[in-house]
Amino acid sequence: MGEAIVVTSGKGGVGKTTTSANIGTVLALQGKKVCLVDTDIGLRNLDVVMGLENRIIYDLVDVAHNRCKLNQALVKDKRFASLSLLPAAQTTDKMSVKPAEMKKIVDALKADFDYIIIDCPAGIERGFQNAVAGADHAIVVTTPEISSVRDADRVIGILEKEKQITPPRLVINRIRQHMIRNGGMLEINEIMDILAIELLGIVQDDDDVISSSNKGEPIAMTPSSKASQAYRNIGRRILGESVPLMVLDDHPGFFHKVKNLLGMR
Amino acid sequence: MSTSISSTSPLVTMKGRKNGFILVLDENCAYPVLLAELKEKLSVNHQLYQEGPPISVKVEAGNRYLSPEHRDELIAVIRSYKSLEVEQIESNVMTRDEFENQEKKEQLISVAQIVRSGQELMIEGNVLLIGDVNPGGTIRATGNVYILGTLRGLACAGFGDNDSKAVVAASIMKPTQLRIGSHVSKLDAVGEQRQQEEGSDSHTIEVAYFDQEQKKIVIGKIQNVMKHRDLSTDFKRNS
Ligand SMILES: Nc1ncnc2c1ncn2[C@@H]1O[C@H](COP(=O)(O)OP(=O)(O)O)[C@@H](O)[C@H]1O
Ligand SMILES: [Mg+2]
Repeated sequence: MGEAIVVTSGKGGVGKTTTSANIGTVLALQGKKVCLVDTDIGLRNLDVVMGLENRIIYDLVDVAHNRCKLNQALVKDKRFASLSLLPAAQTTDKMSVKPAEMKKIVDALKADFDYIIIDCPAGIERGFQNAVAGADHAIVVTTPEISSVRDADRVIGILEKEKQITPPRLVINRIRQHMIRNGGMLEINEIMDILAIELLGIVQDDDDVISSSNKGEPIAMTPSSKASQAYRNIGRRILGESVPLMVLDDHPGFFHKVKNLLGMR
Repeated sequence: MSTSISSTSPLVTMKGRKNGFILVLDENCAYPVLLAELKEKLSVNHQLYQEGPPISVKVEAGNRYLSPEHRDELIAVIRSYKSLEVEQIESNVMTRDEFENQEKKEQLISVAQIVRSGQELMIEGNVLLIGDVNPGGTIRATGNVYILGTLRGLACAGFGDNDSKAVVAASIMKPTQLRIGSHVSKLDAVGEQRQQEEGSDSHTIEVAYFDQEQKKIVIGKIQNVMKHRDLSTDFKRNS
């Protein structure tokens, strides 16, 4: 029986889709059977980031409304046999799927996959409710900006009320060392003081993330980049390993602080 | 209506005191009879009560139960004289509802949670929050608010009752807004609200209260605020 993890944030454009694609890729690289589920109905793009757009035949809404079998809608990634995608529909709107239908689909996927990674749309309305309906765990993505942290806090408050979901864990995305150093961005400690949940990982702002997404190849496939390393570490932590945070910076003290946040010594 | 005034023991007794007098009401007679005697007693001095200097009146009803309507009526009768001011109406007796309401108002509720953005914690009585109130989060109590944690959001003490004696205390005081009773304080610069205090350091619990003289919400060290606000009663009942 697999585990379903929803990737959410409240605010749009903070990196939910990027995080979903890369976590999925990393877990598949570790030999796990992974299914990515795009719940951003009407604004799907996980298929594009994964480079699987041209192979879509059926979608999530077709499955929910019994127009096809679940298996027929899954797009298999040609690069790894163990990675599949259940794409969102592009032509209908979020209201066309109900949370109960969503939960049924995720439950069915749990029988065949080790990990189901659910990419959540922005907002806290129906699309969000659909995305969390079948989830066992939650990853909240934020950037080091006040508005993003505020929305993450709102979403954490909602997730904490969902009894079937374990306490959410945090990914801080698009960190820019020089901006943090000169006070233009929130520090990781400040974010952790406010959100007060477990830190799963931090990912730098990296131009290669954007160019690799544009090529349809998540950055995690390019081992040399720093962001790729960050996603690999996140993947290992999901698998239960205790991995220290990377030193992002030659700045003394930073690594120590972050180690403390991760509960390491 | 008959105004049978017993000559032996009056139903309404007036006792002089500084700035005014106390009206002691008989505990046993029927209410209409009492009201009639009150009206009569006051009318004797109507000239003084209409035109004289302000007089403060306290009413003691002893073991007589006064309904809210009766209270309003007594106040109206006394106030019909221009110089008379009602300071207080005291009765030892209250209904079960009134008693339960009073109990609720005085209770101290402990809550352990983070009040996150978009969440609101509303407590009847006093609240002890073990956790933070984040930006965008709200904590309200009809009484006092005590936070063992950081206040970054909105806190409102004396909610509903417009009790401007209520206080907000927090281990770390960084609110976006404070409200005490009907008073609102936007803390663009929290520092401005802080009283200049001797030996002020950041490792102390701070308390926000409404300052009657400055007519605004100010923040002070708990040790100093305790000198003029008795907060101890909030914690006695539950011990
Ligand atoms: N770590 C990163 N470094 C640089 N760009 C990033 C990073 N993470 C995300 N992006 C870019 O930010 C944009 C929004 O990311 P996306 O994952 O689509 O956000 P969401 O799904 O939350 O709306 C995309 O253009 C993506 O390539
Ligand atoms: Mg997205």
